[in-house]
Amino acid sequence: MPDSPNQMPNAAPEPGFANSPALAVRNLSVFFGKNAAVKNVSLDIAARTVTAIIGPSGCGKSTFLRAINRMHELNPEARMEGEIKLFGDDIYSRAVESVTVRRRIGMVFQKSNPFPTMSIVENVTVGLRLNGMRDRKTLAARTEQSLRMAALWDEVKDRLHAPAVSLSGGQQQRLCIARALAVHPEVLLMDEPASALDPLATAKIEDLILDLKKNYTIVIVTHNMQQAARASDFTAFFYLGELVEFGPTTKIFTNPAQKRTEDYVTGRFG
Amino acid sequence: MDNHFEMGLDELRQKLLTMASHAETAVNRAVQALVQRDADLAQRVKEDDRVIDQFEVEIDEFAIQLLTKAPLATNLRLVTVAMKISQDLERIGDEASKIAKRARDLSLEPPVKITLDLPRIANLALDMLKAALDAFVNRDSAAARAIIPRDKEVDSLNKQIHAALVQHMEENPDTIGRCLHWIVAAKSLERIADHATNVAEDVVYLCEAQDIRHTGAKSQGASAPGS
Amino acid sequence: MTAPNHRWRKFKNGFMQTLTFVCAILVVVPLVLVFYHLVREGFTSINWAFFTQLQKPVGEPGGGMANAIAGTFILLAQAAAYGVPIGVLGGVFLSEYGGTKLNWWIRFAADILNGVPSITWGIVVWALMVVPMHGFSALAGGVVLGMMMIPLVMRTTEEVLQLVPAGYREAALALGIAKWKTIVQIVIRTALKGIVTGVLLALARVAGETAPLLFTALGNQNWTHKLTEPIAAMPLQIFAYAISPYDDWHRQAWAGALVLLLFVLCINISVRFLTRDRFQPKI
Repeated sequence: MPDSPNQMPNAAPEPGFANSPALAVRNLSVFFGKNAAVKNVSLDIAARTVTAIIGPSGCGKSTFLRAINRMHELNPEARMEGEIKLFGDDIYSRAVESVTVRRRIGMVFQKSNPFPTMSIVENVTVGLRLNGMRDRKTLAARTEQSLRMAALWDEVKDRLHAPAVSLSGGQQQRLCIARALAVHPEVLLMDEPASALDPLATAKIEDLILDLKKNYTIVIVTHNMQQAARASDFTAFFYLGELVEFGPTTKIFTNPAQKRTEDYVTGRFG
Repeated sequence: MDNHFEMGLDELRQKLLTMASHAETAVNRAVQALVQRDADLAQRVKEDDRVIDQFEVEIDEFAIQLLTKAPLATNLRLVTVAMKISQDLERIGDEASKIAKRARDLSLEPPVKITLDLPRIANLALDMLKAALDAFVNRDSAAARAIIPRDKEVDSLNKQIHAALVQHMEENPDTIGRCLHWIVAAKSLERIADHATNVAEDVVYLCEAQDIRHTGAKSQGASAPGS
Repeated sequence: MTAPNHRWRKFKNGFMQTLTFVCAILVVVPLVLVFYHLVREGFTSINWAFFTQLQKPVGEPGGGMANAIAGTFILLAQAAAYGVPIGVLGGVFLSEYGGTKLNWWIRFAADILNGVPSITWGIVVWALMVVPMHGFSALAGGVVLGMMMIPLVMRTTEEVLQLVPAGYREAALALGIAKWKTIVQIVIRTALKGIVTGVLLALARVAGETAPLLFTALGNQNWTHKLTEPIAAMPLQIFAYAISPYDDWHRQAWAGALVLLLFVLCINISVRFLTRDRFQPKI
């Protein structure tokens, strides 16, 4: 992995897997107790694309997202069926630990959560340091690289050791993005990353996503359809746990194939 | 960090200007084919019209895509105006095709013995179109408004040509077929000037958010009701 | 708008405000009284000798509580050594691991233990350590104080850890950091001030316990050299002096009580200092 600040990491798979989609989901169902939050979902997400997941509240989009990096396992009542492959690797196989999966698939949350006891640079490198990386030069290079990718470097380069909580809301969210990128994941999951931000900060995040697309595969859950239209290449519409329609964003928002999609997109329900 | 939406708008503007240059070229060549009785050039103009039609489809599709991203204010007006201008440019292309068709028909027959100032009306119309497109690029509302009264001159020139041709037809009935071609060609040029006027009105809407169509306020700097 | 109704409401408001104000003030009164008496009776007896000398034989004026002061510190150090790791790790378990049913039982047990009278603790450790060891010891004193600290530290640690927002744990886990490292480096680190506060408050609480020490540490007129010997402690010494017939010793008892109170006060002040809001995050 290249580590100089101006070189982007190569998130594309090895040539042998060139034909594997970044994420291949087959018959995924997620249960909480007896209740199925996600029902039999199958789709393919291509590498270096942005896929938006839209749908009304409670439709299972966040649950689906969290199943991709096995975060639903934090809930002891959660159970999944089906298969998810990351560039051909089965992430739910017995041989694979959830820790390994989460190093390859990063996540950014709705409410920005930089660790309050750490400075900006400590936050960015925490994923590397706590997984054993010690080399100071590499850490410094990754810090700059990640902060540049998150479009935050110019704003914080003179105060890397300031507390992370001294940043504004939008900056904190970009810091969380930098923190997730520092471990060089292959896929980045974003759960309503801009919903807690003001419009200017939101616009920055959307532009950032379009920049990151050059190197990463991104899946973003959003309840803002214009945001999905602005920032994504493909859109998946979920309703009551099912995948109703999946296709190019332009098609979903100009001429959806399913009536339920049309009804949601035009605001007739949800 | 790039502003990706701005880049999309730039692309839209570029497509529009490329389409415009194709339309201008088509009119120029059509008039040249007419005046120089060049059937091959006329054929080329007719074939190249497909390119202009394709541009209109492309620009409309692209504009719809941009609209899903919910642009506001000037950006919103730019996208809707782009769709309108592309339609006017496509019609200009069609008029050029019509002129080319008449040019081809006329070139197959002996010329009519009448001096007509068709190049002048063509130049007037093309100047109006160029001025409108410059006003679009420069976001110059005053320049756009200045174009609109020039349509009168084109209209009166067309009437003159029409009258001259009618008179010639009355005096030389064997030239009726050919004179009708000329009448249609002149009418097409007058329509091209109309479309250029439409483009100018669209540019005013883009810059000032005022819709000056059909108000009769075809003068510089007039304030429309409801401003 | 009926005037009498309005006046009655106004009166009720004023009455409640005054009543609650008076009650709040009343809470402070005992503290003021305690301080006043201790300072008046004990201040004059506090001198350098008080802190450095052992007690003098009856009849000789002067002397001090040096061994008792040192003894209290040694007992508290032991209590911390035994109580803090177990309490904190127990709190970590309750907060971060474990099924809900088991946790409920553990919490229930801890709450009961927090209510056990301190003399009962003393008797239990007497039976468990003093009897088999054939003697009172500083070790037993440290153990009983440590055992008293455990349920307290465990509950406060658990509560403080629960206050750490789930978002931090999720963010750390999503980075591929192992669960134990998340708990230590992220959760505990964030809650550290709260944990230290809980420990200090528990120490302040057991610093003044007398009854359990009666059965375990016993007290000592001289310096203690081994943990297996009895040891002096301030509460014990104060008690012994107070019930004695000698005026001089009474005065020393007052002084000891004052010093003990000041010690507890210092702990509370440091807790306040530690938990101050040093930093205002930008909104």
